[in-house]
Amino acid sequence: MLSDADRIFTNIYGLDDPGLAGARARGDWDGTKALLAMGREKIVQTIKDSGLRGRGGAGFGTGMKWSFMPKEVGPRPHYLVINADEGEPGTCKDREILRSEPHKLIEGALVASFAIGANAAYCYVRGEFYRETEALQRAADEAYAAGLIGKDACKAGFPFDFYIHRGAGAYICGEESALIESLEGKKGQPRLKPPFPAAVGVFGCPTTVNNVESIAVAPAILRRGAAWFAKLGKPNNTGTKLFNISGHVNQPCTVEEEMGVPLKELIERHAGGVRGGWNNLLAIIPGGASVPILPKSICDTVHMDFDSLQKVKSGLGTAAVMVMDKSTDVVRAIARLSRFYKHESCGQCTPCREGTGWMWRMMERLVHGEATIEEIDLLQEVTKQVEGHTICALGDAAAWPIQGLIRHFRPEIERRIADRAAAETEAA
Amino acid sequence: MSDAIKFTLNGKEVEARPGETIWQVADRQGIEIPHLCYSPKPGYRADGNCRACMVEVEGERVLAASCIRKPTASMKVNTASERAKSARAMVFEMLLADQPAKDKAHSPDSRFWNWADKMGVAASRFPARQAPKPDLSHPAMAVNLDACIHCNLCVRACREVQVNDVIGMAHRGIGAEIVFDMGDPMGLSTCVACGECVQACPTGALMPANLLDAKGVHKGKPDRHVSSLCPYCGVGCQVTFHVEKDKILYVEGRDGPANRNRLCVKGRFGFDYVSHPHRLMKPLIRKEGAKKDAHGTVDAANPFTHFREATWEEALDRAASGLKNILGRDGSRALAGFGSAKGSNEEAYMVQKLVRQGFGTNNVDHCTRLCHASSVAALMEGINSGAVTAPFTAAADADVIIVIGARPEQNHPVAATFLKNAAKQGKCLIVIDPRGQMLMRHATHALQFKPGTDVALLNAMIHTIIEEGLVDEQYVQGYTEGFQALKEKAKAFPPEKMAAVCGVDAGTIRTVARKFATAERSIIFWGMGISQHVHGTDNARCLIALSMITGQVGRPGTGLHPLRGQNNVQGASDAGLIPIVFPDYKSVENGDIRNVYEELWGRKLDAKRGLTVVEIMDAVHDGVIKGMYIMGENPAMSDPDVGHAREGLAMLEHLVVQDLFLTETAAFADVVLPASAFPEKTGTFTNTNRQVQLARPALPLPGDTRQDWWIIQEIANRLGLGWTYTHPKNVFAEMKKTMRSLDGITWARLEREDAVTYPCDSEDQPGHDIIFGDGFPTASGRAKLVPADVTPPDELPDDQYPLVLSTGRMLEHWHTGAMTRRAGTLSALEPVAVASLNPGQMKKLNIRPGDTIRVASRRGAIEIKTRADTDVPDGMVFIPFCFTEAAANLLTNPQLDPFGKIPEFKFCAVKVESAGRADAAAE
Repeated sequence: MLSDADRIFTNIYGLDDPGLAGARARGDWDGTKALLAMGREKIVQTIKDSGLRGRGGAGFGTGMKWSFMPKEVGPRPHYLVINADEGEPGTCKDREILRSEPHKLIEGALVASFAIGANAAYCYVRGEFYRETEALQRAADEAYAAGLIGKDACKAGFPFDFYIHRGAGAYICGEESALIESLEGKKGQPRLKPPFPAAVGVFGCPTTVNNVESIAVAPAILRRGAAWFAKLGKPNNTGTKLFNISGHVNQPCTVEEEMGVPLKELIERHAGGVRGGWNNLLAIIPGGASVPILPKSICDTVHMDFDSLQKVKSGLGTAAVMVMDKSTDVVRAIARLSRFYKHESCGQCTPCREGTGWMWRMMERLVHGEATIEEIDLLQEVTKQVEGHTICALGDAAAWPIQGLIRHFRPEIERRIADRAAAETEAA
Repeated sequence: MSDAIKFTLNGKEVEARPGETIWQVADRQGIEIPHLCYSPKPGYRADGNCRACMVEVEGERVLAASCIRKPTASMKVNTASERAKSARAMVFEMLLADQPAKDKAHSPDSRFWNWADKMGVAASRFPARQAPKPDLSHPAMAVNLDACIHCNLCVRACREVQVNDVIGMAHRGIGAEIVFDMGDPMGLSTCVACGECVQACPTGALMPANLLDAKGVHKGKPDRHVSSLCPYCGVGCQVTFHVEKDKILYVEGRDGPANRNRLCVKGRFGFDYVSHPHRLMKPLIRKEGAKKDAHGTVDAANPFTHFREATWEEALDRAASGLKNILGRDGSRALAGFGSAKGSNEEAYMVQKLVRQGFGTNNVDHCTRLCHASSVAALMEGINSGAVTAPFTAAADADVIIVIGARPEQNHPVAATFLKNAAKQGKCLIVIDPRGQMLMRHATHALQFKPGTDVALLNAMIHTIIEEGLVDEQYVQGYTEGFQALKEKAKAFPPEKMAAVCGVDAGTIRTVARKFATAERSIIFWGMGISQHVHGTDNARCLIALSMITGQVGRPGTGLHPLRGQNNVQGASDAGLIPIVFPDYKSVENGDIRNVYEELWGRKLDAKRGLTVVEIMDAVHDGVIKGMYIMGENPAMSDPDVGHAREGLAMLEHLVVQDLFLTETAAFADVVLPASAFPEKTGTFTNTNRQVQLARPALPLPGDTRQDWWIIQEIANRLGLGWTYTHPKNVFAEMKKTMRSLDGITWARLEREDAVTYPCDSEDQPGHDIIFGDGFPTASGRAKLVPADVTPPDELPDDQYPLVLSTGRMLEHWHTGAMTRRAGTLSALEPVAVASLNPGQMKKLNIRPGDTIRVASRRGAIEIKTRADTDVPDGMVFIPFCFTEAAANLLTNPQLDPFGKIPEFKFCAVKVESAGRADAAAE
């Protein structure tokens, strides 16, 4: 269990002052000038050494990402873009940072921008986060007024601007290249990669896109050292992580825990356990809507980190744990997710546009058993044809929950088809 | 970057050229990869959205879109792996689900169906969505989005290639759909009907409307495809005529140097004029006693009130004998001939030869007089060459582009697309015109100056450049003469003083002058807004001076480009269809040159300059000219003060007209000879870029019509000239004997290459796009700078005639409307005569849009419907000159520019009064 001494987000519940005074009391903005004095290379190396993996879902090494930026700033300026378009169903961690720990994010934006040679950061905030945007803007105004950011940030001779941009409600704009398009004022549609943002990002300039949480933990890592962060969690899955536990638990919550915490422990210790007890558990989606569902048998023992969850053919994703007890209609639950992806597909590429619509309709039929057994295989085939064949990962995200369902709950789907066929025969 | 990249494609090591995609390399290797949203045609960006071209890259989790993915060193690509093949097949299966069945398809021969067939995808296991309804609101194009696969090629066609910004992809996900403007029906949108989307669409969702039956099922199958040219403007687009049973079924753009597959509404949808019921099928002879009434009309649908049909023998005999009689009685000076810039180079050459050799006079001219005569006069005076120094495609290489006195989106639509492409690339585009225009939306600077104040504005720019030390001294010293005089003249034109004159603030004048002068590469395009003034030559002199003192000529991305109006105005001028010069602009007054032609043509030639278009009409009035031969021209519509011209035509003792229809001019003819339409003939045509291109016949001659070259020769031989051409290529061969501009260009080469730019050093080398990199073909090798003074327009508005009339063209109608108003689609899009006024001006005059107004000048009056147009400034009326029922040229001022002898079509004084409410007319 994470000790309070190792906790990064000490005001995640907003019990204390989220403003500058409160933040300073929690240690934010303490010696930031000295952090910058480490220099670009050392900052990047420290983040690399800490093992911090991106907290937005894909788990790509943050330091590694920073190191992809050109070493010298050429004619095109560099930019940091912070992805605060938190839209993954079940996920509400960045929101807590924005409203309760905004200075961690702004300080992180400063050091990260410095590390990648950017003099400006754009924070793209989910449009629905209206109050959160206000909170963040208040914090930014405070930081400007205190000279922590601005023309001479922290009196370190480094000019730095922090801009907030509100999204307009599209899930797809949480995909980094769609976010960039949207930030540029265009329709939010993912770009084809390569080129990656580090080469051609926002406004055609080298850009790093990071999740809010990844940026917000950076100052703590720099202050306390890579080794401190790396010793938390498990190898290759280091540090602490904000977990969101929702669904059929007694106390849904957001909590910072060590990476690799056992799923069962996470739920029982922090969320008051599964409604009706652990044995009443049916399944858990461990990392936001797009990762495959896990049946209780796996939940019993699995640990909450990138590699452990990948081994059981799921993923840590955003660490949004959605708990379903035995009262849940699991087929219907996944069908609802399919509808979400159909609704949120940007429509740009064929497999996603056509595939998400078709998969949702198919799932709706499976809910009521209005299909044949062979159609389960066709559905599986389509998910395999969508996965990895689309412009962005939304196609994958739409395919994986269905694959997870078929993998673990095929008998349930088949039962419904059989029941329906029997009922029809009887009626005839 | 410049090195080739070695990678493995399907197990074989291959090389990619820099910038090449996997698809392009595979294509070169003969490996077929299906593709739908990708078009290898020039101008189309790969988008990678359809996922029909996915290939497997070793070591990558996801498949890659080969159309957009560039190979990297030692990458291993497999186009034929099971995973790639099945992914591609699934894409087709998903898309096929929503398509209309193949036997009911809008386009069963579309790229979609061809690929589906090749891949063996014939059916889909997926249910179809609800099909969107067809949109048949446009006269020329059918929109059937049930076949749409959301590849967005049409969006790129509309926004990135032609830059018309009409088509968009609206909404999201499965609800995404193609929309026009704000979701309007296509026919009610701002679509300019260029048809680029139709040509780009891979499924038949966007199609020429005439290829569908009432149920939306495809009909018609071309039996041959003919590579030819567009007959309209000077851009010179290459087209493919798709012909079924001797009718043009549809037209597509070819990859010509001037059009890169692009076309405009005229070139794509404007060809059914050839089979219009008005088409003359037999020679006509004027009936005994049929009066030539300057103020009456002859119905083109029924010429038999004034004419009777005749055999070719009789008509040609009558035509020639009339000319011969006058020649014998009154001598050469009593005859004149007009050729046409719509005809081929060979026809132009034959007409001027007929007049010079047969009539014995230099009284031969054509409509170049009415469009760019002043530009050519200034260019000949300044640099001794009347042609452009760079093609319009050079805009791509320019940093600053000035477009002045031109509306290319209407008059040179395909050229305009290249200018808009350049603007989208971030080039500085400066548009200068008294009337607003859509091109200004793309401009960095849009200057709407007061009409007729061109010289004041341009001299103020020259002033700025000289005063601020932005002159390219080295260039001026090395390649120009007369700079001191220009400098002295420019002193009197500070922008601060000229601002009030031309209505553009001094700061803006200085800014654009600086941009033009200091840019690495600047280019100027101009049109008839510059040339059609009594000070047209002065206007052009200023533009030449601007280019010369800044050294913005002779390099890529620089130059002077008068946008030529008609498809062959460059070629017809080159061929000597001008009263003062032989072919290649060789003076008729030069004895040595005359000797060459006298030897060639076997007779003594007229040593004096001939009369120009307007002068010829005056000479008819004066009783000097009594007989005329007019081939394909329509002075009864295109001359200024056309009432005067019509009176002249009515006075002629003998008029022979060779044309397709009984034009306003032909109504005065004694003999009308039914000629060949563009798609029926062979010949070479020279576009505004100096590209000599070959037109090939797509259709047989209808009825008893004849080839123009044959008719001219028959007349010539009846005058005893003994011509023996059997094909236009014989004429071309003869032209090459004296025309150095045709060096390096042979008929065989044109048949092979379709287009060759002149000047051209040899037959195995491309021509020179950009000329005068090293001086000019003047005696001194230097360009002559000629200072220009402000001359006001000849007829200024006053109390009696308070408004300015400006004339020109519109997108859909070309020249005098003889062809376009008989083209179904074009006349459906612009069916009635309209005058455009500013809404504010209309309010002042108590006129509403759609009202009929009477527009009167000192020379005549017309009644015409009104259109509110914010592009037209206050105090101006704009009327296209293509409407026979309301001929703008009844009003225009025939006053000429003293050098170019071009009339002031762009400026005369008129008054406007209401002549009927729109609603009253409707009742």
